[in-house]
Amino acid sequence: MIKLTEAPFDPGALLSAFTRGRSETGAVATFTGIARAEQGATTVLELEAYPGFTEAEIGRIADQARERFGLHDLAILHRVGRIGPGEPIVFVATAAGHRRAAFEACDFLMDYLKSKAPFWKKEHGPDGERWIEPTAQDHADRNRWN
Amino acid sequence: MARVLLFGPLRDLAGWREREVAAASISALRTFLADEDAALGAALGGPGVQVAVDQALVRGDAGLSAASEVAFLPPMSGG
Repeated sequence: MIKLTEAPFDPGALLSAFTRGRSETGAVATFTGIARAEQGATTVLELEAYPGFTEAEIGRIADQARERFGLHDLAILHRVGRIGPGEPIVFVATAAGHRRAAFEACDFLMDYLKSKAPFWKKEHGPDGERWIEPTAQDHADRNRWN
Repeated sequence: MARVLLFGPLRDLAGWREREVAAASISALRTFLADEDAALGAALGGPGVQVAVDQALVRGDAGLSAASEVAFLPPMSGG
């Protein structure tokens, strides 16, 4: 599953649905990203995507992850629109035979999403608004997988 | 008329998100937009700005048809 949603979601419910009915999957790893308040500096996070293109680009990297880590399955749910502090913004789940592949695939997918996936992120706060670009650390994290 | 889409900070800079422009190529489109708005023209050629035609990334110039959708994509950040 690769999906964008404007609605808040429940990571626990997603995990339950993702793990259900598996008998050969020995490991499921998940990551949930949550919008930070930054001590009051951020009141709303606004995420923009390019509908169609964004899902297709994530799909390409998901295919890479499936092949590279031998995944049984994966799920990526990403919020778009306006997101309040404390709300989940992204959920990634990976299923594999053993834990190492599941952990690493989850890490790989998040490093990609932070620096290469077609999203644009703006912070709104009491001091105005600003667009967020990937940090040097985000790029370095992504380059670990080259 | 090609359909032109701007994302992220490019949209804020230009003050529009989507419009129709008659242009036979990406380079002609860049020239048209830069003549109208020099700051936008410079930003479209800025570091890390990618171009997609009909939702496929292209490098360099490419021809456009009347039905083309051209998107200018500034540096991306999700999660």
